[in-house]
Amino acid sequence: MAKYANVNELSDSQLDNLLEPPALVQNAETFHDITESVCSIAEADRMPRSWYVLFTLALCFLGVLGAMIFHLFTTGVGVWGNNQPVAWGFPIVNFVFWVGIGHAGTLISAVLYLFRQGWRTGINRFSEAMTIFAVCCAGLFPAIHVGRVWVIYWVFPIPNQMDMWPNFRSPLLWDVFAVGTYFTVSLLFWYMGMVPDLATQRDRAKTKLRQFLYGIFALGWNGSNRHWHRYERAYLLLAALATPLVLSVHSVVSFDFAVAQIPGWHTTIFPPYFVAGAIFSGFAMVLTLSIPARALFGFKHIITMRHIELMCKVIMCTGMLVGYAYAMEFFMAWYSGNRYEGFTFVNRAFGPYAWAYWTMVSCNVISPQIFWFKRARRCIPLIFVISIFVNIGMWFERFVITVTSLNRDFLPSSWNYFSPTIVDILTLAGSFGLFFTLFLLFCRWLPQVAISEVKNVMPSAHPHGNHGEVNHD
Amino acid sequence: MAITGRLTMTNQTSIHGILAEFDSVDGILHAAEKVKQEGYRKWDCHTPFPVHGLDGAMGIRQTRLPWLVLVMGFAGCSGGILLQWWTNAHDYVFRISGKPDWSLPANIPVAFEMTILFAALTAFFSMWILNGFPRWYSPLFRAKCFTRATDDRFVLAIDARDDLFGEETRKLLESLSPNTIEMIEAPIEDGKIPLRLKGMLGIALTLLLLPPAMIANARFTKSTQPRVHIVPNMDTQVTHRGQEASDFFADGQAMRLPISGTYAQEDDRLIGEQVGFWTGKENGAYLSSIPMDVTPEFEDRGRARFGIYCSACHAVNGSGQGTVHLRAQELLSKTWVGPTDLRTDAIKQQAPGQLFESISNGIRNMPSYSSQIPAADRWAIVQYLKESL
Repeated sequence: MAKYANVNELSDSQLDNLLEPPALVQNAETFHDITESVCSIAEADRMPRSWYVLFTLALCFLGVLGAMIFHLFTTGVGVWGNNQPVAWGFPIVNFVFWVGIGHAGTLISAVLYLFRQGWRTGINRFSEAMTIFAVCCAGLFPAIHVGRVWVIYWVFPIPNQMDMWPNFRSPLLWDVFAVGTYFTVSLLFWYMGMVPDLATQRDRAKTKLRQFLYGIFALGWNGSNRHWHRYERAYLLLAALATPLVLSVHSVVSFDFAVAQIPGWHTTIFPPYFVAGAIFSGFAMVLTLSIPARALFGFKHIITMRHIELMCKVIMCTGMLVGYAYAMEFFMAWYSGNRYEGFTFVNRAFGPYAWAYWTMVSCNVISPQIFWFKRARRCIPLIFVISIFVNIGMWFERFVITVTSLNRDFLPSSWNYFSPTIVDILTLAGSFGLFFTLFLLFCRWLPQVAISEVKNVMPSAHPHGNHGEVNHD
Repeated sequence: MAITGRLTMTNQTSIHGILAEFDSVDGILHAAEKVKQEGYRKWDCHTPFPVHGLDGAMGIRQTRLPWLVLVMGFAGCSGGILLQWWTNAHDYVFRISGKPDWSLPANIPVAFEMTILFAALTAFFSMWILNGFPRWYSPLFRAKCFTRATDDRFVLAIDARDDLFGEETRKLLESLSPNTIEMIEAPIEDGKIPLRLKGMLGIALTLLLLPPAMIANARFTKSTQPRVHIVPNMDTQVTHRGQEASDFFADGQAMRLPISGTYAQEDDRLIGEQVGFWTGKENGAYLSSIPMDVTPEFEDRGRARFGIYCSACHAVNGSGQGTVHLRAQELLSKTWVGPTDLRTDAIKQQAPGQLFESISNGIRNMPSYSSQIPAADRWAIVQYLKESL
């Protein structure tokens, strides 16, 4: 470990220069080094002080969430700012925001796996965990916004005393299936990837309790190559299934809007536009989380500058995709010749919510443009700030889509300005508490980096003799 | 056949197998090729990550997992379509906006998600089942060198049950220059689940079955008890009828007055030139004639309107013995005030304007008909009452 303490004292550029071209795993000579640096975190008696500070903060916000939900259940949805004409306020905005963040995890795990992008191994566990927790937060909002939360099971096709079934032509029911499937598959994917690493932690555990708990969840994994064979096949299949799934989920979420006949919502561009936005916000969140974590837990040699740079490029690319979508929405509003569509978009940019619209544009379209410069892609504080900007911008994107399309509808007499209540704002803040509580617990007890996969991309993992397969990458 | 080594075994059956530990990918690959060449069948390599080329070196055949996933994917897809067809087009048909009862495009998203869900669950669970998991205990865990098989060592294990297992096995492994060779004894009891744990699991499973059993019981039986209201405030809300008192409002009335400045659409008619036509009165006196042209069509219309609106109570002949009256007498004989016989002199002598006012505003039990019958039709009924009844 002493050696790695030194590695973390090095600056990123020094680390980068140690090997040329930049390797995916830097300055770790043996497999054991990887095991050591990942597992020692969960084995440590104490965490860095900042972990305790963050965890206390997260717990406070989680408490706020609990209090707000209790208030909501005992009083009713009138505690929120939702009212005519903006009947869909914060709950749907927060739902789409969180579910969007939840997309990067599966994208990194599945899509980059299928494209054989070796660099995913450093960040995939991280972002898969992020996905699970973000989808938990996302699922919370539709569940609590129904008013009579004790009959939420009506959304499932369960035989009941009313002899009624849910309406399968409603995009809201598609949501139930899409988000439910997405959560299930992400959880399986995450857990399955973690089993060999849990076995590593089991075999290193010193106390009976840890041996027992890690042992239970490792299911008895023993690294058998006959098991690895089926495991890898199943992993590939899950990746192949999760890839269309990740595209479908945000498409279905966008149908909640696109299938409705509200100007500003009823457009065919929504599914790809939402998917691009989801990847964009998800990668931003991965950066927001991994930049502090790599410094805090000493992963600078596993999540390298090269990873960060690649993620910056993805953010810039998807940022331009959403920028294109914003522009195309305006073009179509004009080109369609539909006066209601045209009015909605003029209202969006220059109406009462212009402040939200231009916040969104500056955060999502303008701020990532700085990543054209290599120096910006290597400046950690700047990247961290931009990633926060993108998170803010993507929340505002959903706010703009939901609220500006509704607040001035066909009938001018019902126009109204939507303002959230304090309960709305505290519930949103509380959902961050839920997310960070789960994430910090994950950082504390579970392998944050896919140990077996990182070993797999190290040069020494590839045979040098005539054993058939030549190494890739 | 006795085997000598670090552990000397007197009884062959108590040996589980032999392990050789390597510290590089090349070492294990080379060893695997050799062991395969010798013709061993019950053996395995244990590695911290999937080593490329090891499947080929060991001669592992392709798993049938993808076929299972394919089949279950199809099952999920058809199950999803069947579910939607049964629930929405067969058992409880949704007839909305003139759409067909069954149209596939709207059902594709759910069918797609079900395909993925079934396929993914199959990939996940059948992988574990085919691998024999969960199996928390293996005799291999007893070996000293085995703890690093999940870290940085590559272990080749040959099972003692292999036909070729014997003295040569050890020599073969030694010839492959491993770090160490270790023999493992077979456990006396092969990782059996303790009886106490089994009992606890049994009790837990039984308890888990209770809630669904109770739900099923409630589903198929009837109860005389009222429904359980978890949150009653939305089921029993305070509601008021029109003329009731209310503590909530300052004026003590439940009914609210219209906002000041509100006036009915008819109000402008009540002060205009046609005030007689709308109210039946002019300068405080009832109109003595019908303020409309009396034509045969007008009289026919009066008869028809009378039949539609009046005859239910007053009867077709105006006797006051209509169906509603007869029924009401049966139910409320003591308190019921019957409809007037329209053939009496008292009615016949009324001015047309007064009859019009009674129809428009109602009288005694009779409600106002001004919202149901247009004014012209009300005059037509008056004409019918006066001239034909």
